[in-house]
Amino acid sequence: MDKDEVMRLAGLARIAVSDKEAEDLTREFESILNYVGEVKNVTTNNQQPTTNSEKDDFPNRNKMRDDENPHESGLYTAELLNEAPEREGNYVKVKKIL
Amino acid sequence: MINLQTLTIQEAREGLKRKDFSARELTQACLDVIEKKDKDIHAFLEIFEDALTQADEADNKLKNLKTSELPNLLGIPIALKDNILVKGKHASAGSKILENYVATYDSTATKKLKEAGAVIVGRTNMDEFAMGSSTENSAFGPTKNPFDTTRVPGGSSGGSAAAVAAGMVLGAFGSDTGGSIRQPAAFTGVVGFKPTYGRVSRFGLIALGSSLDQIGPFAKTVTDAEILYDAVKGEDLFDSTTIDLTPSASHPPLSLPRRGERGEVYVIGVPRKFIDSEGVSKEVKENFEQTLEKFKKLGYKVQDIELKYAKHSLAAYYIIMPAEASSNLTRFDGVKYGLHVSGQDSIDDYFKTRGAGFGREARRRIILGTYVLSSGYYDEYYGSALKAKRLITDEYRKTFEDVDIILTPTTPTPAFKIGEKSSDPLSMYLADIFTVTANIVGLPSVSLPSGFAELDGVRLPLGVELTADLRREDILFAVGKEFLGE
Repeated sequence: MDKDEVMRLAGLARIAVSDKEAEDLTREFESILNYVGEVKNVTTNNQQPTTNSEKDDFPNRNKMRDDENPHESGLYTAELLNEAPEREGNYVKVKKIL
Repeated sequence: MINLQTLTIQEAREGLKRKDFSARELTQACLDVIEKKDKDIHAFLEIFEDALTQADEADNKLKNLKTSELPNLLGIPIALKDNILVKGKHASAGSKILENYVATYDSTATKKLKEAGAVIVGRTNMDEFAMGSSTENSAFGPTKNPFDTTRVPGGSSGGSAAAVAAGMVLGAFGSDTGGSIRQPAAFTGVVGFKPTYGRVSRFGLIALGSSLDQIGPFAKTVTDAEILYDAVKGEDLFDSTTIDLTPSASHPPLSLPRRGERGEVYVIGVPRKFIDSEGVSKEVKENFEQTLEKFKKLGYKVQDIELKYAKHSLAAYYIIMPAEASSNLTRFDGVKYGLHVSGQDSIDDYFKTRGAGFGREARRRIILGTYVLSSGYYDEYYGSALKAKRLITDEYRKTFEDVDIILTPTTPTPAFKIGEKSSDPLSMYLADIFTVTANIVGLPSVSLPSGFAELDGVRLPLGVELTADLRREDILFAVGKEFLGE
């Protein structure tokens, strides 16, 4: 991990960071990654985790519903658009993309 | 005279029914305490201007409804962490990027609390996007510990914990991703409860780590925590991870006799090696031994257990959580809602908005999360963390075949000083050592006040953490009540 790598990652995350912060982050990531990196050794030295779904009684499953009974069109439009930083009529406004 | 320092929700409900005081008087008493104390503690980011109006509505119901028809939290003043949406109110998650955001809908928890008649007094301070263990990461200034204002109240739900501990409200809700309810509860001497993953809907909770987040209550007693939990729990079509407790082949009915219910004693497992690890303070270790003695005196069987993988929980957690956070927080882009900082072009708007709107810890975790998910490192970090999660889960589930509760201290130390850990993120992360496993596995877990440590002439609260198997909240409530003499 070096400063250039931190800058590249900040770019991927769409976050502007200053040179100074990138340097600090480089140092902090060293110690954090050194600590969390221990998990890399967990499974290689020991048995593989079970994936037996019978044992997995954690009952989180997707809940699907039929796509029906839509609410009245426009019911929430004004409220939601009120939160947009910039708008034009009933559109969210952004800068030209192309 | 209402004494909010000792009044419980259970007692307040009776008091309201007996007309010892009105809901307006009760809420006014809370507002008076807030007025008096919160300039020093800063538990609240906002007091809702309609708090007394809500109380008046409760008084109307108290007058007009039969006792049997009264909803469960009628007239009870509570507070919500600033990441739980209340329609028409600001919800900032402690962040500049949402400073002016007004919630356009109620979270499911809020909706249920309104239906239960609770008076929502205000929103409480928190570490930005629930990222932290001290409430120092709030963009709006830190919350102080009511026992010593030079110390942190814990976090990330530090505002909710401090509000209950200081007698500003009778109960409060927070969210717990890696200990954010239990750790501040321990630091402020209150009960903090994290339910089984999926028992409380997160619809309308501003997300941090979606495989870990769970909403839960703070209260003075286990009985109160259970009352608050009962009001918000249950399956919700708006959160596909919610579970109900309908028995099925793979989920036997909860009435199935377990230890304790057959007249046998509950068995408490103590992961001795884990607790003896360095970094756990002398005061905490002593208090823990006293707690074990108390449980033995109460007739519990206490046995040592070995958890081979538990020590990896924290490392796995600080990979999985930033990974999920980096993904969850992409939605804050300055386009749809929240802060907008204009740049040279469309993509520069993102950079400027997110660079200015997110605080230092949020930026740190998003970038760390981006790293562990990035091409070339994904398997090494995120993949390994998921494997560790699986191993830890298997180990805990198996352990619960032999014991009913796993007992540890909630925190390795009592509340630390403001500023003590803020320059070293890793030392702050280590404060979560005993709490993260319950989130990794999804287990219900509660922190109970277990006494005090005397440091620099100040009495600081300590907590012990009881963790049970999935969906066994009932064991935690039963044992917790007995421990606190309820």
